[in-house]
Amino acid sequence: MYMFKYVSKRLGLMLFTFFIIFTMCFVLIKLLPIPTNALPGQDPEIVMKTLEGRGWITNIKEGENGVWTYDRVPILIQFGTYIKRIVTQGDFGIVTTYGEYLNMNIWKVFVSHLPPTILINIYSTLIGVPIGLGLGILAALKKNKWQDQVINIFIILLISVPSIVLALMLQYVFCFKLGWFPLTMSTSDDYFTWEVFRSMIPAVFALCLGSIAGYARYTRAELSEVLTGEFMLLARTKGLTKSQAIYRHAMRNSMVVIFPSILSEFISVLSGSLIIEKIFAINGVGGLYLNSITFQDYDFFMLLSGFYTLVSLTAGIVIDISYGFIDPRIRMGAK
Amino acid sequence: MNYNIDNIPAEKFQFATKNDIYHDSKFETKPVSYFQGAFKRFAKNKGAVVAGIIIAVLLLFAIIAPFFTPFQPAYYDMVYAYVTPKSNLFANSDINFWDGCKVKNTNLIGYLKDFALASETGREVIKNGEYTVSEDGANYTYRYDTYYGVGFGKYKIISPEEFNDIQRYQNETGKQVLYPVVKLKDRPTLEKNKYDANIYYKVENPKATILRPLLDENGEIINNYWKYEVGKANSLMADYNSLRIEGEQGVEEDGKYYHYVYGRKVDGGIEVRTEYYEYYIYQHNEVKKDGIKEPLFLFGTTETGKDIFACLAYGARFSFVFALIVVAVNFIVGVIWGSISGYFGGKIDLFMERFAEILGSVPSMIVITLLKYHMGATSQVLVLFIAFFATGWIGMAGRTRMQFYRFKNQEYVLAARTLGARDTRIMFKHIFPNGLGTIVTSMALSIPSMIYSETSLSYLGIINLEAGNTTSVGTLIAAGQKSIVANAGYVALFPCLFLVLLMLSFNLFGNGLRDAFNPSLRGTED
Repeated sequence: MYMFKYVSKRLGLMLFTFFIIFTMCFVLIKLLPIPTNALPGQDPEIVMKTLEGRGWITNIKEGENGVWTYDRVPILIQFGTYIKRIVTQGDFGIVTTYGEYLNMNIWKVFVSHLPPTILINIYSTLIGVPIGLGLGILAALKKNKWQDQVINIFIILLISVPSIVLALMLQYVFCFKLGWFPLTMSTSDDYFTWEVFRSMIPAVFALCLGSIAGYARYTRAELSEVLTGEFMLLARTKGLTKSQAIYRHAMRNSMVVIFPSILSEFISVLSGSLIIEKIFAINGVGGLYLNSITFQDYDFFMLLSGFYTLVSLTAGIVIDISYGFIDPRIRMGAK
Repeated sequence: MNYNIDNIPAEKFQFATKNDIYHDSKFETKPVSYFQGAFKRFAKNKGAVVAGIIIAVLLLFAIIAPFFTPFQPAYYDMVYAYVTPKSNLFANSDINFWDGCKVKNTNLIGYLKDFALASETGREVIKNGEYTVSEDGANYTYRYDTYYGVGFGKYKIISPEEFNDIQRYQNETGKQVLYPVVKLKDRPTLEKNKYDANIYYKVENPKATILRPLLDENGEIINNYWKYEVGKANSLMADYNSLRIEGEQGVEEDGKYYHYVYGRKVDGGIEVRTEYYEYYIYQHNEVKKDGIKEPLFLFGTTETGKDIFACLAYGARFSFVFALIVVAVNFIVGVIWGSISGYFGGKIDLFMERFAEILGSVPSMIVITLLKYHMGATSQVLVLFIAFFATGWIGMAGRTRMQFYRFKNQEYVLAARTLGARDTRIMFKHIFPNGLGTIVTSMALSIPSMIYSETSLSYLGIINLEAGNTTSVGTLIAAGQKSIVANAGYVALFPCLFLVLLMLSFNLFGNGLRDAFNPSLRGTED
């Protein structure tokens, strides 16, 4: 029961934080001038009417020489309308300035860009976790031997070389010089064909190299600490072989710390890496976010910042909560 | 036996050893303070020391290099785009490295064009004139000089004043800037070939799209210059009294002497052929006087003809200045915030922690974007600084708070309080110095991540520093990525190398600092 109480308390706190950030963003966005300029080929009246219909402005009038005047709706009322529309209709607005998706439903555009981002992150986790854990375990078991030192150098290099450089190097060597993969990701919608998968591989590798190093370092530190514990000595004393002792006792205990971090990393990478997405021209959420900044499409920006905030907050509390579920000895939040 | 112990006379006492009196002897070793010990331990860590030296070299580069290059980040010259790195050390040697050349694979016509250029200007467009031909004769491979290979570009129309000034310059320096022009009706017919100033020679078929130079029986190019009998210039030819490639006398033909024409009068000025290499030197030394002596790009140029060396130097300087200022401000704010929150605890701590937590959970990308919307028009540099001030101090505050929690209930603090020390004294005289090692380490470790964030923001194009005559390593890397397809990998090479060296050495340096300040943490990562 206390677990339920703890989880609901954390969730409540998270939602509260999220609400504050979301409101702050909304207010700051609404303090900006409203983009009322019609794009070429757009009727200014339709633009104004759309804005009025969204509930951002009121009292529109066409003055002389085609200059439109309007009054702003108070920001709090705008916020009320905005929230109401989201809750009742799931409507986040329509694209107003982002040329490519003009007049489309923001939510639909957003959802259509999710698959590439999520797929790349799933693949990268699938590759990264086993390799990372394996390297970490090997390093911990062979501590201070040459295997450990080689892995350590590898880890330091991977952690220090920034992902921009790593991704560029992969692109230059494998996509350009050797020509094994296309330079950028294919824009096709059939995500599960070989062609698309092949075009994703460089991005997946660029993304997972960094996390391999992270996992390996973390596992090595955790496991080598557990291995010195006294219960390991007891396990050997009572007659277990070394591999039995390591597998049944050391691994399980070190997983208590490692598993939550994998979970949290998995959630936080859902938001994708803007850099990797830009380098490999992935048609994902990151590109959408960058373009919504350039085009100053404020409704789009609101949805995406909400998404990013939610993802990072969730990743944060998942660590805390999963500790309690994985290891019953840990009573989170207990006095 | 009967001793009167109470009254033993003083003279009965004597020293155990007669000639010596033992005192506590002084320590022979010198006292080692906490920071001296830390420094000693740091100096033993070879990797960290090397990393420190590399950082110093990069820092020196960032400080000094901008003063030694005449180029600016704002400088660009589209003609010299994708020019390969060239250093005077290697340019005149036989080593095929850093000489401003690149390997060129082309067909016979491509080779002949470069050969024609080389034989007119006398420059080594083809390095040492050496080339290899594939067995079927279709492929020519040679080292192509990207500086001289630019050649003449298009016919240029300049004002009569400039025309005269170039002649004066030629007379003073003895360098040939202007070359003879080809008569309009002798030129190839297609529009794109007609105004291509590189075609000074006779071609096999003037109507073709791809022109094949005509060769004489010796395999030499035949020039197609516009010429006139000495003393019989017509009104279309611009007056020219300077260096002549045909010699002062002119060329002899059937007993008459001819001069070449160096400028054709057209509407709005004089149409000339200028060799861009010399013209560039003339422009920068005589007209613009901006300190650029010759086209020589140590690290090559980007696709828009920016000098990579200058951009990298200015970008590095900005990165360092940026990181140091932000870290200093974050240090001050974080330490004050964290020490108040950690020392007083209770309600104050709870409130301050919540505030920092909410602020810290706003993704930094969103902070930057919002700031950019609101004040991007004024200064992007300011946006960058404010965004990093806004959330950067939180980590520092958290670390300071932990240190205060660790020390505030120890006995020596209690003793100080019992003796009547005030809160500020306890905080900054007793607790803070003990936590300083950890805090300084985390400061050093946060510098590379600062620089990296700034770099990636510029790479993504969210922040653009180009407006204020500076640039960022990230912008250069973005340019480098585009150049991959153009097979100009060196554009990305130098900024990437800089970034990798910086991150690697800062990480090693920071780890060394941590081991030195907290010997108990040695070996545990992070």
